Amino acid sequence: MFFFLVRRVVSGVVLVFAVATITFLLMSLTGGNAARNILGETATEAQVAAKAAELGLDRPILERYLDWLGAALHGDFGTSWFSREPVIESLANRFPVSLSVVTVAVLVTAVLATVLGITAAVRRGWVDRFVQVFAVIGFALPNFWVALILVTIFAVTLHLLPATGYVPITTDPGRWALGLILPVTALVIGTIASTAQQVRGATIDILERDFVRTLRARGISRTSLLFRHVLRNAAGPALTVLSLQFVGLLGGAVIIEKVFALPGIGSLAVNATTQGDLPQILGLVVVMVVLVVVVNLVIDLLTGWLNPKARVS
Amino acid sequence: MTTPLLEVDDLVVEFPMRGLVAKPFRALHGVSIEIAPGETLGLVGESGSGKTTLGRAVLGLAPVRGGSIRFAGEDITRARRSRRRELSRDIQVVFQDPYSSLNPAMTIGAILEEPLRVAGVSRREARDRIRELLDQVQLPVDAIDRMPRNFSGGQRQRIAIARALALRPRMIVCDEPVSALDLSTQARVLDLLISIQESTGVAYLFVSHDLSVVRHISHRVAVMYRGEIVEQGDAVQVTDAPEHPYTRRLLMAAPVPDPARQADRRRERERFLAEVGGR
Amino acid sequence: MTESAVSAPALAPVTSGGGLTRRLLREPMAVGALIVFALIVLASILAPLLTPWDPNRAELSDVLAPPFGEHILGADSAGRDVLARLLYGGRASLLGALIALVVALAIGIPTGLIAGYYQRWFDSLSTWTANLLMSMPGLIVLLAVISVLGPRMYTVMAVFGILLSPGVFRLTRSSVMAVRKELYIDAAKVSGVSDVRIIGRHVLGVVRAPLVIQASMMAGIAIVLQAGLEFLGVGDSTTASWGQMLNDAFTNIYVAPTMLVWPGLMIGITVGSLALFGTALRDAVQGTTSVGKRRRPQGEETVPAPVEVVAESIRPVAEGAPLLLVEGLRVGYPAADGGTTVVVDGVDLRIARGEVHGVVGESGSGKSQTAFSILGLLPVGGEVLEGSIHFDGVDLVSRGRERELLRGSRIGYIPQEPMSNLDPAFTLGWQLVEPMRRHLGLSRSQARTRALDLLDRVGIADPRRTFDAHPHEVSGGMAQRVLIAGAVSCDPDLLIADEPTTALDVTVQAEVLDLLRSLQAERSMGVMLVTHNFGVVADLCDRVTVMQRGRVVESGTANEIFSDARHPYTRMLLDSTLEDASVRPALTPTEAGR
Repeated sequence: MFFFLVRRVVSGVVLVFAVATITFLLMSLTGGNAARNILGETATEAQVAAKAAELGLDRPILERYLDWLGAALHGDFGTSWFSREPVIESLANRFPVSLSVVTVAVLVTAVLATVLGITAAVRRGWVDRFVQVFAVIGFALPNFWVALILVTIFAVTLHLLPATGYVPITTDPGRWALGLILPVTALVIGTIASTAQQVRGATIDILERDFVRTLRARGISRTSLLFRHVLRNAAGPALTVLSLQFVGLLGGAVIIEKVFALPGIGSLAVNATTQGDLPQILGLVVVMVVLVVVVNLVIDLLTGWLNPKARVS
Repeated sequence: MTTPLLEVDDLVVEFPMRGLVAKPFRALHGVSIEIAPGETLGLVGESGSGKTTLGRAVLGLAPVRGGSIRFAGEDITRARRSRRRELSRDIQVVFQDPYSSLNPAMTIGAILEEPLRVAGVSRREARDRIRELLDQVQLPVDAIDRMPRNFSGGQRQRIAIARALALRPRMIVCDEPVSALDLSTQARVLDLLISIQESTGVAYLFVSHDLSVVRHISHRVAVMYRGEIVEQGDAVQVTDAPEHPYTRRLLMAAPVPDPARQADRRRERERFLAEVGGR
Repeated sequence: MTESAVSAPALAPVTSGGGLTRRLLREPMAVGALIVFALIVLASILAPLLTPWDPNRAELSDVLAPPFGEHILGADSAGRDVLARLLYGGRASLLGALIALVVALAIGIPTGLIAGYYQRWFDSLSTWTANLLMSMPGLIVLLAVISVLGPRMYTVMAVFGILLSPGVFRLTRSSVMAVRKELYIDAAKVSGVSDVRIIGRHVLGVVRAPLVIQASMMAGIAIVLQAGLEFLGVGDSTTASWGQMLNDAFTNIYVAPTMLVWPGLMIGITVGSLALFGTALRDAVQGTTSVGKRRRPQGEETVPAPVEVVAESIRPVAEGAPLLLVEGLRVGYPAADGGTTVVVDGVDLRIARGEVHGVVGESGSGKSQTAFSILGLLPVGGEVLEGSIHFDGVDLVSRGRERELLRGSRIGYIPQEPMSNLDPAFTLGWQLVEPMRRHLGLSRSQARTRALDLLDRVGIADPRRTFDAHPHEVSGGMAQRVLIAGAVSCDPDLLIADEPTTALDVTVQAEVLDLLRSLQAERSMGVMLVTHNFGVVADLCDRVTVMQRGRVVESGTANEIFSDARHPYTRMLLDSTLEDASVRPALTPTEAGR
């Protein structure tokens, strides 16, 4: 178990490093003239050159890269070329917003998909068909479109829920939750049914295993069978799907945030990319990948804890 | 004594294990066997004894670490791929699982045609040969256009035998060919294998965990235990009067289908185990 | 017995399988989805014929014109015709999706094939790369690409194709690895078939269907993603597209909310048709459509061919209250044609207290089905159609609730395959303790003590270690001992053992048989021993019942069956055992010389 953990952490670190390097090189090698972008069309050549020197753009790329890497290892991602704000600060301001949306969405997905999936597997019939139809619809409708429709109905027409804005949980948990209802709903419509289908498949697979019959022959109660044995064995595949959903939801959140005008990483990312704000993009990418690595690690640990056999392989 | 068709000398097979520092798993520790033309060597042992690995090594499907395999006097231990392909004319195989050994998406005709076409037989000749083969394994000719799923386990195994016979090989490695079959089917497939051997003179390396099956089909028997051959000799001698303690244990462990004799065998086994101290 | 007399039964009728394509065309859902998708493709290709409007011509006078006027679906905030933009916009979306798809398949399939087939270093390297690509936050990467290359949507979609390729790679790789284990690949290798040909003939065919399913899903994802990027405003604003339209509708959400509907619907229908097609294809591949809970069988019964009746082969049994009495048991499964396939057809079975009763037969004889009926654990769909099962006077068929209480307490069960019958996620000890606490009302520590005693009793050398071990940490023989311990843990009166030694090595089998015999003698349990092995029967059984095609053909004491078998089927089975078959003499030189 210990080696398993070490191996995962090492490969995660390598991954973060590789993605950061690739992003840095790609953006530095192919990016346009950043200094010109910042100063605008009216700036003179001399001003542009001075700006480039200020940003260190006149130095060799390897040197810049090593500088950035050294600072990043100490948690310093530099300052944005445009807003002049330290990258780490803007990330610290923005990430909690996106993370609340995504985390709540993942939790809602996990709970509802498990209930739906198991019910569909055990009862089949209409629940099963409902999940199937729901999955196709959820897959077919872009979540930002669903968000737009929700805003139109619940905020613009009915004035039931806030259309825009974000209240930190520390300020007012109630309003924080209220503000999350629509964004989270828009996001989970696409994930619940598809995850439920995975849970259903895994549950049916487990229910047909020999050991389930043997456990029943031993007189284990139905509740214990379903919620202890079957669920635990089916959790592995379900968790894997959930970790993939998490990565997908991060992307989905970026777009959704525009609809609800949430001050998350979405607008930050869009602005940084349209402007070519290298430090900002690098910071974003690194934090995102670290997040994905951490989530995958947690999922791996959970899987290993639930299913001891997975620890060996 | 005629020159052997197959000579395996001090064969060592090792499977690499996952991971950089893991030691490879040694499945065979220096195994030597010989098979004469037209002869059946029965290879008997329990799971993990390496009997299947030996068969696969002869077929070129297992990583050989040391020792040699000679076929008709030629060293084929590390035969190149091109030579291996030519060897397919001479050495063939019948596997244990009649379900996984036939591609479910191909018709019986296509399955039997494949080795023939690869060997350069024309489509027409191949068709004729396939009819002949089906006849040889006692299946109706209209099997050609059917899919494997339309056949029972025993029939599938006949098809696998027909495929092995297609190129008129001199030796067939039979890897537990009857252990997945019902009792009565098992006996019929074994009889088919024997009659084919009598009419074609093919040699068998017959791998099985079942001493009574091996005893029925083999001229000579080799007993494997943990990657080594512990006893080897004429079938009658090895199966009726074994010398090695493991062979004796194996023989006495198999229950006889007769209550009185089984009671005797059980007592004999208990006595034996008491002598050698449990294991 | 000659070869022809019991010769292989006539070949089963050719099942109408047909190609996957043909099967798919019979699915109305697949056909419908394909037609809808084809119409959308056609509509965008033929856009100039379908609408007179130029999608990019802005008319100030038509800004936000209402639908059903000059503009059928109205005009947008720049006065451009909505219908024209919808039709022309399809081109951008579909082409973008196509580009992403082609790139993903072109990268994923070859790498997946090579990695799955040859494995080794290429597999490690490509798997690592795939994991790397999959952990990248896709949208951010694409935004970065746009910042470098500008809003060139087709290039961006090609990059998205690269991000999608790990999915294709992993699917291809895992399918290939699964096929590679099949023995027919080995057989082809031994037949001298080259690798290229093996991949072409045996491997590609297996990968094809899952890839088409994945491709239809990926196309949908690509369409949604492209629309998302355009909605964010980083797309190419000069060409009409569904995402641009949504962006425009969003800015006018308070003025003209209905403009949201059309592009959303188009995306929904397009992606939906792709998803439906994928689902239908998956169902066709698996050969299953979701069936609801089955009502009572309506159609006709399919009964196995009758067996020859030999009157005196069923020997009378002394009267008296038996422990288990099965009378006229019939078990059936729903057949594809709506009828019922009967697998157990009128079985009588009588097991006295303390009696070891062997039930013998070949595959398809219904012996295991009979055992599962007694336990009430028939596989999904299986049903007792008729007959009664009395255990100690209680009818188990009509009183399911009582049977559930008896299961595990007074009726024990030993399965065939030791490994698959233990829950891999729990320790062996836990699996022993749970039923004992439930049935015997023991405390945790009492149950633990009892479990350790039991493990010791079934001959496990180190009970404590085994108690804390997980199933994958013990050998098959040990696992079977643990299962036996579990079966007898609540002192059952009847033990149902379904081929308890078939999966074991001969030497282990002998030990397990010894264990069963001594446990039975010690607790004087009644045992129903289902087996195909006459040696096992001879070793353990007092009485024997022989089954063929769902019916009992012969029953009697073990001695009667072995020395005086009356039914031809029993005799045939006994003759098939090889124990006393002739041994072949060593090959003489002349024989070998032929």
